[in-house]
Amino acid sequence: MLSVAGISKSFRGLKAVSGASFDVAQGSITALIGPNGAGKTTCFNMIAGVFPPDSGEIIFDGGKIQGMRPDQVCAAGIGRTFQIVKPFAGLSVLDNVMVGALLREKGVSAARNLSLSVLKKLQLEEKQDAPASTLTLPDRKRLEVARALATRPKLLLLDEVMAGLRPTECDLMVEVFRELSRADGLTILLIEHVMRAVMALAQKVMVLHHGEIIAGGAPAEVVRNQAVLDCYLGEETEV
Amino acid sequence: MNRRALGLLAILGIFLLIFPKIANPYLVSVATLILYLAYTGQAWNVMMGFAGQLSLGHSLYVGVGAYASAALFSRYGIGPWAGVWLSIALCVALGAAIGFLAFRFGISGVYFALLTIAFAEFTRVGFDHLDWTGGSGGLFLKVAQRDQIDLANFRGPPEMYYYTMLFLCALALWGCSRLLKSKAGYYWQAIRENEEAAQALGINTFRWKMLAVVISAAMTAVSGVFFAFYYNNLFPEQIFHISRSIEIILGPVIGGVGTLFGPILGATVLTVLSDSITELLAQFGWEIPGIKQVFYGVVLLLVIMFLPNGIWPALSRKLGLGK
Repeated sequence: MLSVAGISKSFRGLKAVSGASFDVAQGSITALIGPNGAGKTTCFNMIAGVFPPDSGEIIFDGGKIQGMRPDQVCAAGIGRTFQIVKPFAGLSVLDNVMVGALLREKGVSAARNLSLSVLKKLQLEEKQDAPASTLTLPDRKRLEVARALATRPKLLLLDEVMAGLRPTECDLMVEVFRELSRADGLTILLIEHVMRAVMALAQKVMVLHHGEIIAGGAPAEVVRNQAVLDCYLGEETEV
Repeated sequence: MNRRALGLLAILGIFLLIFPKIANPYLVSVATLILYLAYTGQAWNVMMGFAGQLSLGHSLYVGVGAYASAALFSRYGIGPWAGVWLSIALCVALGAAIGFLAFRFGISGVYFALLTIAFAEFTRVGFDHLDWTGGSGGLFLKVAQRDQIDLANFRGPPEMYYYTMLFLCALALWGCSRLLKSKAGYYWQAIRENEEAAQALGINTFRWKMLAVVISAAMTAVSGVFFAFYYNNLFPEQIFHISRSIEIILGPVIGGVGTLFGPILGATVLTVLSDSITELLAQFGWEIPGIKQVFYGVVLLLVIMFLPNGIWPALSRKLGLGK
């Protein structure tokens, strides 16, 4: 469904991503992991249209999407969340989700119905009238997901939505994504540091290090891969 | 809006409808000014309050709107019912030009505000040298016959202007409340709150910001037409001056930016208080030039210190009127 081929991006000479390639299969849950500064969010931003890659190709649903604006990428069917949450602070929780829902719903009342059902899925329905500025961080993360889901994406990009959640809250989120994948056939690509969530969710894991994909495969294989262990734990050296 | 708010609104509406019958001409002229400022503030609020785009040059649209209709009338005898469309068209074109320049090249916030000031200022200088509209010497309309109503040319007694402004205010209030509840309202507020997040949700921010500017410019053009036919004289130095723009935004800022009733409440509070202070001082035989501006400054300071969201949100909570 999503095919990333050799994308690179430099910021003032610093290579953030160099020649990364990976595929996300229809209906799958794929995780992109790697140490801090590996270029994961840069990859996301290129897919989501925040900036174009310097080189390489991004194909979604059979069409090229590199160089599109974020709103065009969203309209093409890719929803995203932000690592640093960006709620519409002055609006209510429901209105936040309504903004997303209005993309594909005809009319305000249809958008409200969709928003309410999305809020229910993420267990935010009791807070629908609260201003987004009053939410706690876990709720804000959930709101990010709700807003993106309301645009009815075919592919959902999740940027560290588990960070800062307690283990029980994390398991709850995992359940939500599993359900979305199973029942709605949603394809998910997530950046995640919380291995608990990665192991529970992902069918495939890609490891990014210094802007390059160094390993990829089933989660259980990847965590035993020597190159991955080296980049996370450091190489063994003779003393 | 709850039932209590609707009830109060109905009472206010009836009061305003019979106001000219029970008040003296001076009070009617003050009320007309309040309605004029409330309407223009409402227009400005569409851009800043709803979509978060700060314009400090709204005198541009008042001025161009006023000059276009007034020139058509004084030169060719074409009345304002036709002229208003020219005014709207010119202001929409100007607003679209400013919006295009700013939004295409990513100018926002303070820099956008500076751009709006620049446009108002060089239009002022331009009109100073435009002989066709009388240059800096001004453009004058024949003073209206105050005792007969000539609707076709929009000339008549003060009550006619009062009711026109009242109608425009009601129309703007209704229109803005509809806009806020529409897709445009949601999208504008999303852009105001966080443009990056709005774009990630599929909003073409350029297009929606342009729409806000164009609607605001068109609404303000109509207040320009009113201004021309109510005051009958136009000077570039006056109508395009930045103090005019500030006067327009003070109402909504004090009343509550982004609220529906803020512009109306703010215009009322400011005008009533500043006029009564001027009157009061005159009673003591003190005529202090510029006292009105000093007073505006003090009120603004107090509101910013104690009610940073404006008077309306606090008042509405006190009265239990809901949103």
